[in-house]
Amino acid sequence: MASARPDRVAGVSAATASRTVVASRPRPARTMWGDAWRRFRRHRLAMAGGAVFLLLVVGTLVGPVVYHVGINTIDFHASMAPPSAAHPLGTNDLGQDMLARVLYGGRISIAVGIAAMLMSVTVGTLVGAISGFFGRTTDHVLMRITDVFISLPSLPLLLLVIYLYRDMLARTFGPQFGIFWLIVGVIGGLNWMPTARLVRAGFLAVKEKEFMEAARSLGVGTLSQIFRHILPNVLSPVIVSATLSVGSAIIAESTLSFLGLGFPPDIPTWGRLLNDAQNYLDMAPHMAIFPGLMICLAVLSINYVGDGLRDALDPRRLL
Amino acid sequence: MTRYIGRRLLSSIPTLVLISMVVFGILALAPGDPLGQFAANPDIPPEVRMNIRHQLGLDQSVPIRYVKWATSFLHGDWGYSFASRVPVDRLILQRLPTDLWVVGSSYLVAVCLAIPIGVLSAVKQYSLFDQLATTFAFIGFSLPTFFTGVLFIIVFSVRLRWLPFIYNVQVTDPVVMVKQALMPVGVLALFNSAALVRFVRSSMLDNVGQDYVRTARAKGLAHRKVIIRHVLRNGLIPVVTLLALGLPAVFVGAVITEQIFRVPGIGSLLIASIQNSDTPVVMAITFVYAILVVLFNIVADVAYGLLDPRIRYG
Repeated sequence: MASARPDRVAGVSAATASRTVVASRPRPARTMWGDAWRRFRRHRLAMAGGAVFLLLVVGTLVGPVVYHVGINTIDFHASMAPPSAAHPLGTNDLGQDMLARVLYGGRISIAVGIAAMLMSVTVGTLVGAISGFFGRTTDHVLMRITDVFISLPSLPLLLLVIYLYRDMLARTFGPQFGIFWLIVGVIGGLNWMPTARLVRAGFLAVKEKEFMEAARSLGVGTLSQIFRHILPNVLSPVIVSATLSVGSAIIAESTLSFLGLGFPPDIPTWGRLLNDAQNYLDMAPHMAIFPGLMICLAVLSINYVGDGLRDALDPRRLL
Repeated sequence: MTRYIGRRLLSSIPTLVLISMVVFGILALAPGDPLGQFAANPDIPPEVRMNIRHQLGLDQSVPIRYVKWATSFLHGDWGYSFASRVPVDRLILQRLPTDLWVVGSSYLVAVCLAIPIGVLSAVKQYSLFDQLATTFAFIGFSLPTFFTGVLFIIVFSVRLRWLPFIYNVQVTDPVVMVKQALMPVGVLALFNSAALVRFVRSSMLDNVGQDYVRTARAKGLAHRKVIIRHVLRNGLIPVVTLLALGLPAVFVGAVITEQIFRVPGIGSLLIASIQNSDTPVVMAITFVYAILVVLFNIVADVAYGLLDPRIRYG
């Protein structure tokens, strides 16, 4: 409450200041996204995080193409070898090359993170938008459902659903594809609630603004009101929570695989690699350290990007 | 207040009923057979298998099974574990002391670390200490517990050989008991305190700029007194709420740490039961977690009302 006042004072003075600048020297129009990008660039850690995450994405995409070592090539002569020139990240208990496995596993871990984020954001935005826009009974029912989902113990449920249903899905849709979508669906399906609440709150606030009254009186259709007029105004917090949810989805998938309840052993996601390494911590700690570091790097960089976006997309901040 | 609590408790009943239906449905509609081990065993003739199914009530339809489960759950009969043939509630109670000792003390350590660090960090905003603390908090809550756990084992057990990495409940020597709890408690405390530090800091910062702080200073109170007597007391109100809200999550989240260090708590019981298709145990633990979440939500709201006289419940 109290922090709003200094902000408003600062906002007014900055606005008058910029008006004088514009009057003296004409500049290309400043857009909301341009401003956000400028503010984001000032956030050094967020920029570093973005660069690291981009590097991870490119590395896992291009890496296996450039680095020609099979992820399943077994070589018992080089079992649990420490990092060397032949195997930059060492080998595991079967003599399989860790770098190849870490690169390939990263693809899946990151893909799960992004797909689960897309799913939770889509569901959350739809539920929140419908709830906030239509109000009354619709709102009441949807919010009750949201409450129930928030009270669900998500980690036990995640473990349970995947353990019980993965064989069936693996049979019907193939081992890789079926389990991928099951994991994405469950992680996304248990994560949309915060987004729904954010979007609903935004809709409730924007719905009553004068420009919406104007839009309604001009006869703008319902869909257009929702997607063209209200949604862009409530997007900022959604983008921030979407970014952060990529990180938490990567952690969720790694947790599942780490507990042996995620992907099968022949699909080396980062969590799965850590799970394999658990029994060899005394002989080959590198088997655990490298995949673990990758998870940490990915999550840390995403969280820094999210932090930077939160600052950059906050229109009250004028940098 | 009493009326408010009563209303909240009443309105939580439909939520809990829905949650139990969801969990029960997931378990009942799963493609696998809860009697998987029996089904795979060729020595058991089909009639016996049918008999067992009948005794356990598995030949009835799902809604009937749900109603039966729900009524007996309410009567305190949580069923028998398929795997060990022990009543589920006794199985859970056996594990509870270990859980309370390891997870409880880790939460206590986390709170004792987080409040002073968060307060100092907010009071000396942008100082070196603040920067170190916020970075530590950011990294701490980004690192998944399964990685910090593995890292702790590599450093303290494999390299330095200071601490055992397998938890043993049979131990009676208090020194060993503390030593074996150090790593799991440390991992959990690190993770939980990191999130708390961020929260304490921002809550304190919300209050430092308030008018009443200026008034306190204006009437000549010492800086230390202003912070401790005025800012801290107000800044901790949302923290107390968060502590109550976070408690169930701490117990649920400990599942992973318990698995790494083989701590025989409720979390590792849950994972073992999931892997054994031990439906009654899984159902009971999951539902107890759900009850905890709903209950502590109410506790948090009530605590908020008690601590902050500006909040009024109609």
